[in-house]
Amino acid sequence: MKEVYLDNNATTRVADEAREAMLPYLTELYGNPSSMHLFGGQTHRRIEEARAEVAALINAEPEEIIFTSCGTESDNTAVMSALETSRKKHIITTRVEHPAVLNFCKTMARRGFNITIVPVDKLGRIDLRNLERSITENTAVVSIMYANNESGVIFPIKKICEIVKPKGVILHTDAVQAVGKIPVDVKNLPVDMMSISGHKIHAPKGIGALYVRKGVRFSPYIIGGHQERGRRSGTENVASIIAFGKACVLAKDNIDIENTKVKKLRDRLEDGLLSTCPDAMVNGDTESRLPNTANISFEYVEGEAILLRLNEYNICASSGSACASGSLEPSHVLRAMGVPFTAIHGSIRFSLSRYTTDEEIGLVLQKMPEIIRDLRSLSPFGRET
Amino acid sequence: MWEYTEKVNKLFLHPQNTGEIENPDAVGEIGSIVCGDALKLTLKIDKKTDTIIDAKFQTFGCASAIASSSALTELIKGKTVDEALQVTNKDIAEYLGGLPKEKMHCSVMGQEALEAAVADYRGEAHPEVEEGEIVCKCFGVTDQKIRRVIKENGLRTVEDITNFTKAGGGCGDCIPKIGDILLDVLGKEAGRKTASPKKEMTNIKKIAMIQEVIEKEIRPRLQADGGDIELIDVQGNRVIISLRGMCTDCKMSGITIGDINKTLKELISDELVVEAQ
Repeated sequence: MKEVYLDNNATTRVADEAREAMLPYLTELYGNPSSMHLFGGQTHRRIEEARAEVAALINAEPEEIIFTSCGTESDNTAVMSALETSRKKHIITTRVEHPAVLNFCKTMARRGFNITIVPVDKLGRIDLRNLERSITENTAVVSIMYANNESGVIFPIKKICEIVKPKGVILHTDAVQAVGKIPVDVKNLPVDMMSISGHKIHAPKGIGALYVRKGVRFSPYIIGGHQERGRRSGTENVASIIAFGKACVLAKDNIDIENTKVKKLRDRLEDGLLSTCPDAMVNGDTESRLPNTANISFEYVEGEAILLRLNEYNICASSGSACASGSLEPSHVLRAMGVPFTAIHGSIRFSLSRYTTDEEIGLVLQKMPEIIRDLRSLSPFGRET
Repeated sequence: MWEYTEKVNKLFLHPQNTGEIENPDAVGEIGSIVCGDALKLTLKIDKKTDTIIDAKFQTFGCASAIASSSALTELIKGKTVDEALQVTNKDIAEYLGGLPKEKMHCSVMGQEALEAAVADYRGEAHPEVEEGEIVCKCFGVTDQKIRRVIKENGLRTVEDITNFTKAGGGCGDCIPKIGDILLDVLGKEAGRKTASPKKEMTNIKKIAMIQEVIEKEIRPRLQADGGDIELIDVQGNRVIISLRGMCTDCKMSGITIGDINKTLKELISDELVVEAQ
């Protein structure tokens, strides 16, 4: 039985073209890009091409791209750089950030920095007035994600720029979920720094990038040799960088597909589930949402149980329930949105990709009502038996 | 994904004894939809022999909660009520071939539902509900339940207690209180008395005693969790320590230091104050 992979906000399959592009750099083209010989030169040139490919996806200049190991490193680097260069002590972020930002900011708070965590409303939208009120003369950095990994809600980054930038505060956005799924253009979006991750857009795991706008003061997080012009030391992950570049080319070419075919499939899935599964609801703002994400709560049943039943049909999704996460607390994102516990425990995130097919969505629509019905028949709660 | 045993997977996918007995002789309900798991157990009991002739369950919860409920009904059917009451959460976990440690609370939920059902059958109140003081407000866990689970399962850390009861797994405000209960139970179990010499002692003796307590009482507990402790200095009654290994960046390190402080006060002198370097 073929797997139906609907957990693309967690990670994506490596595109065939990206894999092919990286293979020579795992075999015969093994030079260190820092070496001053033929082998080094080959890989160095190819890295610079990949840098241009990554930059092109967000309409940046190649020299504004720093390769990192992942989105988390990009996020940590951005916030730390802002704190180091501004020498101010106040950080602003939101309650629904990825732990790569939220936990890093909380760690900084324990080390003596001040932190303001801006709430969201029940649709997962940031409270812009609250954001504006939070900015002080001591604010070093505002770090707000472009789109949420769980709800798919897209934040109004342009409006956020209009609030933050006139106050001279550094603005970082974690765009790991947005880039490659919706058009992102840093020429029209005056953020100072932006995090990107390879494995969310069909490149391998272990490669990311940080966009740093020209002229923004920068302090490296990883210090060592001269790689990345001294902004991120450590020998480059050559093969993955090249695959990342290729994945960015593919993402740019397919951005319309994300917003047409993928969105249509997502809507079909969502509409189908809501019409066949009673007591189900969508979490998040459906007006401003990633085209690939549907976060749906099924009341009276528990998320891990749903996932394991789906797994029986090789259908892979994800849940915001506590039991599936290894923690006893369910999704901090859904809690921040005020989703009732009765619904959070049964929340399932379906995240599609351009490889998702109509048949796969059909299989989910066929199996889910039966799974929900079965689990509800076991449950002491609910109206459906 | 969790590593479940074959038995857990089997009973999750094909649970036995599901549903609700009509006109049951006993009903036990534990947990809530807000907490994320709940179990309703209904029993048919032959009143002449006090034997459980049928048991059915309804569970809202994860795979291990459903499998634990199914295991419970299998374990108690055919037993007298008194025999059934001997079934513990450990028996449920063993029947399943084990549960991930973070899921042990599912087996505890089974044991509690049974006790609640028997209390209902006998017209008694469920003792923990009636007598306990709520320690964990997030999950409604009483001190009595925490004490019992510590004793019955030989628990040694706050994390163990969270795994078995969920207490402390929410906002975390109750963690210091859970730590106090744990120390109290462990202290009583060891039969140890506060051997604190209240009279003035020399610095050399004080340091020697602190080192001994660290070696015998504190270090083994920390090492069990992959951590360690180093005594840096003793300045009057200030005991300066440094946490090592897994304890260094542990988010519970404040609680750990509090526990160390309490142990040293209890065993050496009330005047000692522990500070982390």
